[in-house]
Amino acid sequence: MTKPPAFDEMTLPDGSVRSVYDNVDKWLREAATDRLDLKRREADTIFRRLGITFSVYTEGGDPERLIPFDIIPRVFGADEWARLSAGCVQRVQGINAFIRDIYHDQEILRAGVVPSEQVLKNDQFRPEMRGIDVPRDIYAHIVGIDMVRTGENEFYVLEDNARTPSGVAYMLENREVMMRLFPELFAGQRIAPVDTYATELLRTLSSVAPSGASNPTIAVLTPGIFNSAYFEHAFLAEGMGVELVEGQDLFVDDKKVYMRTPAGPKRVDVLYRRIDDSFLDPQAFRPDSVLGVPGLMSAYRAGNINVANAVGTGISDDKSIYTYMPEIIRFYLGEEPILNNVPTFSCRNDEDCKYVLAHLDELVVKEVHGSGGYGMLIGPTATQDQREEFAKRIKATPHVYIAQPTLALSTCPTFVDSGVAPRHVDLRPFVLSGDQVRMVPGGLTRVALPEGSLVVNSSQGGGTKDTWVLEG
Amino acid sequence: MLSRTADNLYWMGRYIERSENNARILDVAHRMSLLPSLTGEHRTEWQSAITISGGETHFAEHYGTPNETNAVYYMTLDRDNSSSIYSCLRAARENCRAIRHAVPTEVWEAVNTTWFEIRDMTQNRLLSRGAQQFYDWVKERSSLFRGVTVGTMLQDDSFHFARLGTFLERGDNTARILDVKFHVLLPMGEQIGGALDYYQWTALLRSVSALRNYRHVFGSEVVPSRVAQLLILMEAMPRSLHHCQAEIVTHLDALGVAYGQRHECHRMAGEAHAKLRFGKIEHIFDVGLHEYLTDYIERNANLGVQIAKDFLLTREPVIAEPASQGQTPGMQTQTMGGMSQTQSG
Repeated sequence: MTKPPAFDEMTLPDGSVRSVYDNVDKWLREAATDRLDLKRREADTIFRRLGITFSVYTEGGDPERLIPFDIIPRVFGADEWARLSAGCVQRVQGINAFIRDIYHDQEILRAGVVPSEQVLKNDQFRPEMRGIDVPRDIYAHIVGIDMVRTGENEFYVLEDNARTPSGVAYMLENREVMMRLFPELFAGQRIAPVDTYATELLRTLSSVAPSGASNPTIAVLTPGIFNSAYFEHAFLAEGMGVELVEGQDLFVDDKKVYMRTPAGPKRVDVLYRRIDDSFLDPQAFRPDSVLGVPGLMSAYRAGNINVANAVGTGISDDKSIYTYMPEIIRFYLGEEPILNNVPTFSCRNDEDCKYVLAHLDELVVKEVHGSGGYGMLIGPTATQDQREEFAKRIKATPHVYIAQPTLALSTCPTFVDSGVAPRHVDLRPFVLSGDQVRMVPGGLTRVALPEGSLVVNSSQGGGTKDTWVLEG
Repeated sequence: MLSRTADNLYWMGRYIERSENNARILDVAHRMSLLPSLTGEHRTEWQSAITISGGETHFAEHYGTPNETNAVYYMTLDRDNSSSIYSCLRAARENCRAIRHAVPTEVWEAVNTTWFEIRDMTQNRLLSRGAQQFYDWVKERSSLFRGVTVGTMLQDDSFHFARLGTFLERGDNTARILDVKFHVLLPMGEQIGGALDYYQWTALLRSVSALRNYRHVFGSEVVPSRVAQLLILMEAMPRSLHHCQAEIVTHLDALGVAYGQRHECHRMAGEAHAKLRFGKIEHIFDVGLHEYLTDYIERNANLGVQIAKDFLLTREPVIAEPASQGQTPGMQTQTMGGMSQTQSG
């Protein structure tokens, strides 16, 4: 596959180092490889001892695995971050306005900006939410925005995670481990701290408690110890100093939610739930769910408890809604989007369809509701026959296909077996929405460790990096 | 704190204590089996070990007649026996894992390391290392657990629940050892003074780490009624019923103060404590030791049930769960299974 040359975030094509990486570059030049290797192994030990593992419950093997951690940080300058974070905040404001609207007056559908059937017939649309008012009109309290970079000033949003985004514990622990391993790096420059995240999260959740709850009780709802992100659930509950509860710890009485404690029932005001909508309440959704709380939705509708994220936020991170995000931002905020969407061609539009058919050798074509690579064409690597075959399918049912250009993901220096080498990265910063919109300066950087790989998922050889924002 | 957390703490305490008790029961059976036997065989030692642990029926179904090999395997490594040392340490670890964020690292590490060692233990390794050595290891791990519990946990309600589990389990076990061993030994009481008899009684005292204490209090002559007095009524003796009951009352009282309310379990514990505190050994033998101990075991079990009702999570049956987010069903039910096993014995 011929890839366009990728933008390296440290070293420019002429060999010069981008100024935000000056210190990292100097450090890498001075550090001996075996010392780095020693530190890398030390990092693994710390992660394992702290129990920062990602549980994979399949047959055989150690279920508690480590996600590889790369010891070379990724660096953003203050200006870069200011623009990125402004773009994230704008996007989340748009998302919240959109969700509120579609569960109330549906103005955006009536204006024809987003086609009605894309929303109303979507699996992620929850008719149960129609007409329910939530505190401060905030639905997506915690959003993780997946972004990639392709150049000095080019950032693209790949996906908005507005349901139960995970990974923030890695952002925090990566920083913690880096500060233990390389205190001298932190002494040399001003790196914005991220460890206020739990406090900011607690503030956010407290600010959206149902009215009348002064000094609200907050709890984190987890599916349980066998969930792959359980460590993060426990980590955040501990960081906020609140209880980590499972469905069996809660019950609903007279449309109020209580925790079972040895001192008797204790009222809960806000649930930070890390369980999908469909498992939340067996009376309202999947009747076979034992993870949820029977009657929770009745308490929610009565306004006696708030749930973060709200029920029904999945509609905003659906693949088919994603393409409308720039329009959504313009519609509700009257602003131009700061962050780009990956240009997406919907073959349902004649003009887009023509373009796609003419440029099949440059594009990735996907089915709107497809997943796992089935029904997908990667144009640049496909044969002429495959492209012709696909062209026929697009012409037959154009509305089920979208197409996107193949992006040249930026690279960052990464410590691999052969030494320091560039590897492709993405970024997931976290946006908190409550009485105000809050972001800690940083995020989760995922790195594709195999050479040339663009896949950053931890299940396929992806690792993580500490993400630095330099203070201006 | 959540009721579920209290439940995990309580059962962690119980299971660690139960593993130690198993080791003690096997230890005394082993010592007795080294003695020349009147009948030339040692079936009674191993039978009584199984009886004390409460696994008689289950054992008979799976193994038939007890001998050293099958009894030791059943009570140490048998995964199908929910009260084997292996199963106890596994259950203790699962309970501790569920509340890792609520206990000091030292407590988690003690429990977790113990589990990893027993997980890799095979019968061959156990025997080649020496069974006695293995029992000592189990007792040491239990002592370590107690040490880090008392030495590192914040002594708030979480501590009280862990300690309640320890003493409910221990009281139950001491009563069982006494009951079974008196049943086996007393018919030989006619020959009191013989070397064999002496060794049997000292082995019983040893099993609850009470031999030195006995000599210190009563001198070297081992008299059955004094053994009973030491292990039932003497509060200063850490494995006596009186001591266990006093601890239970202390921790329940502390919970009563912390939560500002008292329950039925407080009354029951107080009643049992009073019986031990004001009891006389002559009266106990008048009633019949076996009747007395059976009554104690039953009250102790009922107290456990009442504590669960008053403080812990009332568990509903766990149904099979959806694969995408689920937990493994069954993990959560084992704690109750552990208790009912105790009650059935």
